[in-house]
Amino acid sequence: MANTTTDVRRYPGFLAFTILCLVLLYTPMIIVTIYSFNDSPSITKWGGFSWRWYQDVFFGIEAAKFKTAAWNSLSIATMAGISATVIATSAAIGMIRGNSFKGKSLSFGLINLPLMVPEIVSAVATLIFFSAIGITRGYFSILIAHMVFCIPFAYLPIAARLEGIEKSYEEAAIDLYATRWKAFTKVLMPLLAPGIISGFLLAFIISLDDFIITNFVKGAGVETLPTAIFGSVKQGIKPNIMALSTLMLLVSVFFVSLSYYVSKLGERSR
Amino acid sequence: MAGLPSSTSAKEKPSAGVFDGIAIRLLAPSWLMIGFFLLVPVAMMLVYSFLTKEFRGGVIWEPSLAAYDQFIFDRGLFGDEPPVIEWTYITIFARSIWQAALATVLCLIIGFPTAYFIATRPANTRGVWLFLITIPYWVNLLIRTVSMKFLIRDTGPLNQFLISTGLIDSPIHIVNTNFAVQLGLFYSYLPFMVLPIYAAVERYNFALSEAAFDLYASRWTTLRKILIPVVKPGIIAGCILVFIPSLGAFLAPDLLGGAKTFMIGSLIEEQFKGSAGNWPFGAAASMILLSMVLVVLLFYARQQTRSINGAR
Repeated sequence: MANTTTDVRRYPGFLAFTILCLVLLYTPMIIVTIYSFNDSPSITKWGGFSWRWYQDVFFGIEAAKFKTAAWNSLSIATMAGISATVIATSAAIGMIRGNSFKGKSLSFGLINLPLMVPEIVSAVATLIFFSAIGITRGYFSILIAHMVFCIPFAYLPIAARLEGIEKSYEEAAIDLYATRWKAFTKVLMPLLAPGIISGFLLAFIISLDDFIITNFVKGAGVETLPTAIFGSVKQGIKPNIMALSTLMLLVSVFFVSLSYYVSKLGERSR
Repeated sequence: MAGLPSSTSAKEKPSAGVFDGIAIRLLAPSWLMIGFFLLVPVAMMLVYSFLTKEFRGGVIWEPSLAAYDQFIFDRGLFGDEPPVIEWTYITIFARSIWQAALATVLCLIIGFPTAYFIATRPANTRGVWLFLITIPYWVNLLIRTVSMKFLIRDTGPLNQFLISTGLIDSPIHIVNTNFAVQLGLFYSYLPFMVLPIYAAVERYNFALSEAAFDLYASRWTTLRKILIPVVKPGIIAGCILVFIPSLGAFLAPDLLGGAKTFMIGSLIEEQFKGSAGNWPFGAAASMILLSMVLVVLLFYARQQTRSINGAR
């Protein structure tokens, strides 16, 4: 059975598992996308192709609610993404290029703390903290909470990219009498750009996706898209929710593809 | 950018590295943000778990062990009866561990062959396979869970399809069962299993398998005795990355499960919802969940050090 001509890497049946894995991952999303174009108001029966639920999302009874929620989601994701990226870039340079000091490994743990604490625990802790120091729950509290958990997501691609850039570039800049700030903005940052961009995009998507923490710290009245969808779904899955979900799905896939593409470009330019 | 002063002091000693001496200043913003808005809140949560509950939500600043006591003992409606063990919350925690463990096993069964298959593709197509596996992770978890619910409902497309093919006569009830929750958890965190195993198999030296084959080991013996022991750190990492978020998951049990599948996440959420809640109890349940996660992470750290020492 085993001889030197067999491919030692191949295990029969593993392809079937991979296909099963992809089918399991994609079927629910594909089905919802298809049914979002269903003309029938009954979500169980297929009644032909139609854009009506998309029109309903933009112009229907709940359109105003969705628009406000979408604006909250996008503006929070943009601001949280940018702040987390700036903080993470600074932290990555400190961790990778900075001098060593006592407790540097602890610092790594602290930056990744939001990834280790279960989301529901972070949500509870943040809610308790905001209520104890008297910050009113709303837009601002959501923004702060998002900034915190976005930091490690922005940090990972930036740090990975920085580790692949040799020190000699910024050292050459300093040797040519550039200030440290100039060496960063004119030399290191352009080299680091693919990492910074994919870091921002990941932080942006993570903020856009968050439900649990937002649900705890949002207070009454302020909704993001996920909390608005969750509220609707509690009363049953309606076709307009499927249309809205499909739109959000496309936004996520677009940003992830963009992030993937940017990091590929980065690898080529190295 | 804060923490990057335009100091020229580096000019005098260029050999020392451009960002030498300012590491702490560069790291300070991240420490402040995470320390102040996550570490301090967790400490505050610990304090809250030892306070007295306020009936309209919130707390009264009076030290109390009531939250932890309520977790383990039932002292009757007015708290004056002799304590008996209260199984409700212990059961919820035990169920959560069990459900998370089963979801982890499901992920391992599907994830291991998938990761192996991808890692043994030609280098230029691996990226595409990995990308296909990771896309679902970046799609909103709520939307994915709702999609799953839509698919497996009694009148959903899956049952309709199975009935139309004649495989079944009446719909299979999947929603609100333990299996639905496991399926939801599996579906939520599967990429976390594939990625670390993939990384481990990619580094695996296939000369080891060839040697085993030359010594007349069968494919499955080689897999069991050579490959799996070598990539074990990746498997353990994958299991932990699936188990931890599954343990505290909220969406899958809440949307796909019912009252019989109640898990820690829902228990905690209920304590902070409206006026029926109990903040100290919710904080205590969160502390217990966090301690369980820390135990798993410590176990993982020990495993990692051991495997590094073993490799030397």
